[in-house]
Amino acid sequence: MSAQRLPAVRARGLPTLWGLGAGAALVLVLLLALTIGPYPIAAGAIATAALSHVPLLHVHSGLDQLQSAIVWQVRTPRVVLGALVGGMLAVAGSAYQGVFRNPLADPYLLGVSAGAGVGATIVIAYVPHAAAGELLPVAAFLGALCAVACSYALGSSVARAGGTGALILAGVAVAAFMTAIQTFMQQRQAQTLQQVYAWILGGLSGATWHEVALAAPYMLVATAVLVAHRRILDVMSVGDEEAASLGLNVARTRLLIVVAATTGTAAAVAVSGLIGFVGIIVPHTIRLVASSSYRAIVPLSLVVGAAFLVGTDVLARSVLSPAELPIGVVTAFFGAPFFAVVLRRSRWVEL
Amino acid sequence: MTVNDAPPRLRRGVAAVLVVALAALLAACGSTSTTTSTTSARASAPVPDRIVSLSAAATEDLFAVGAGHQVVAADEYSTYPADAPRTSLSGFEPNVEAIARYRPDLVVISQDVDNIEGQLAALRIPVLYEPAPANLGGAYAQIIQLGRATGHAAAAAAVVAHMRAQVASIVRSVPRRTPPITVYHELDQTYYSASSNTFIGQLYTLLGLDDIADPAAKAAVYPQLSSEYIIARDPDLIVLADTVCCGQSLRTVAARPGWAHIAAVRDHDVLAVNDSVASEWGPRIVLFLAEVADAVKRVEAQR
Repeated sequence: MSAQRLPAVRARGLPTLWGLGAGAALVLVLLLALTIGPYPIAAGAIATAALSHVPLLHVHSGLDQLQSAIVWQVRTPRVVLGALVGGMLAVAGSAYQGVFRNPLADPYLLGVSAGAGVGATIVIAYVPHAAAGELLPVAAFLGALCAVACSYALGSSVARAGGTGALILAGVAVAAFMTAIQTFMQQRQAQTLQQVYAWILGGLSGATWHEVALAAPYMLVATAVLVAHRRILDVMSVGDEEAASLGLNVARTRLLIVVAATTGTAAAVAVSGLIGFVGIIVPHTIRLVASSSYRAIVPLSLVVGAAFLVGTDVLARSVLSPAELPIGVVTAFFGAPFFAVVLRRSRWVEL
Repeated sequence: MTVNDAPPRLRRGVAAVLVVALAALLAACGSTSTTTSTTSARASAPVPDRIVSLSAAATEDLFAVGAGHQVVAADEYSTYPADAPRTSLSGFEPNVEAIARYRPDLVVISQDVDNIEGQLAALRIPVLYEPAPANLGGAYAQIIQLGRATGHAAAAAAVVAHMRAQVASIVRSVPRRTPPITVYHELDQTYYSASSNTFIGQLYTLLGLDDIADPAAKAAVYPQLSSEYIIARDPDLIVLADTVCCGQSLRTVAARPGWAHIAAVRDHDVLAVNDSVASEWGPRIVLFLAEVADAVKRVEAQR
């Protein structure tokens, strides 16, 4: 399958200016996130410390042991995890919107969040604490995959041609069922409510290199697969029959994209909880202001999603510092009005 | 019972009238609904001997004042004392029929979920509402109130007098210094903490400690802090109230990135307490205060 047969689609690639702008924004946000925190460390000192890690450059780190630990062990993993999760959720959202041709599609469409919630709640409520810390992300990850597998099996058995409506409805049913189980277990073990609630709210406050190492491989592979399929998503956006007439195995391609998006999202959810809004709003904003081609939307979603989540995390930890705000509250509180403005100022194009 | 013999429609009407009458009575008494309940308790039976406690703290109080033998059922979290008649009853999701099965002549609750107070009142079951107090004074008042309601007023007064004396002696035993010793109270591994505006935070204030969650109290009385903030504040003492829920200890805390630099971790001034002791307000709170005071004295000695 190649997009060369589709000259109209090929004409709209990644707009250079938007790409550069988004890249610059990401770099700026990353630097800001690394230099802001309750422990005062000068930005210049962090810069020289970073340079001291470059071989052949004989720069001495001006940071003492504690400052160094704060920058490299506390702040950096949090920033890196935020960038990975934000990019992953936005890319997965754009891919879901593409394969389902549905503007309401987000990474949690087929039950990722509800499945992860069941996995996490089982561990919090029933596993003795000694093993719980290690098991929690694994259980959330498996629960998410399990839910989506159920949705997909149910949906595709109804519509063998791979129609998207049945899949979405199957996702709704599975998510509702999983949520019922999760709520039941959570209410049975009322003393764990606080922990379950904290997990569902999501956040990056507990991020260490351990979480990054745990989730990054899945997120990186998934992102790579989805970015590589950006042209295919354009082809699929014209409709299943048209795409099939162009020689695309629609059902198989959709399955591959859903598996990649789901695995990556499940990994993100496993280490950061349920962070809403990023996956649905970032791709739409790009579609509205930059380009309606997935060749632009997917890679731009990666960069803008990363910048958006790292930026909102900076707000989450500094607005009421030293108190932390739940990051989902911040993503929606600042993201929704911003998106409303974008929506009003642009012309809506049906997917 | 005339109400039960009446046809269903009429019975509902009677019940509705009863609810309205009780609501009016409650409203007339202002916010002190507990007074109403105890009055009606005395009217029907001078001393309740079928008490259902849906609050772990109240169960502890009842046994402390000598009303333990009058308690027929306690909720699922009433783990202290060990001989409390613990059942599967829940204070978080109370079921009025499940409670009524014990034919109680007094029900003690700590939160009014699903208007359980009104539901029990509709069945003419007296309710004593003892919510989480703001400070030790509030905890003493509840013990006195529970003692009066169960016919153990003198014993309750003695319990409170003993607690007051113990608290005063503990507070006196802790030396004050400037700057004050800083404390971080941990509720879970995501750094939720308790500021001085909470019951537990008040205890730290009593001992002259500086609670590092206080600057975050503008966000919430139980604010979420960050790892970096805690490292930056370098608390002298860490109290872990997430040992049962989350298995935290000096070892797990020391393994967190950057935490080995915190004074409390370096000097092993990490106090691991039972989650429930630090979240209830019965007489055992004195033991918690004594534990914290001992830890503070160790910090002092190391300085």
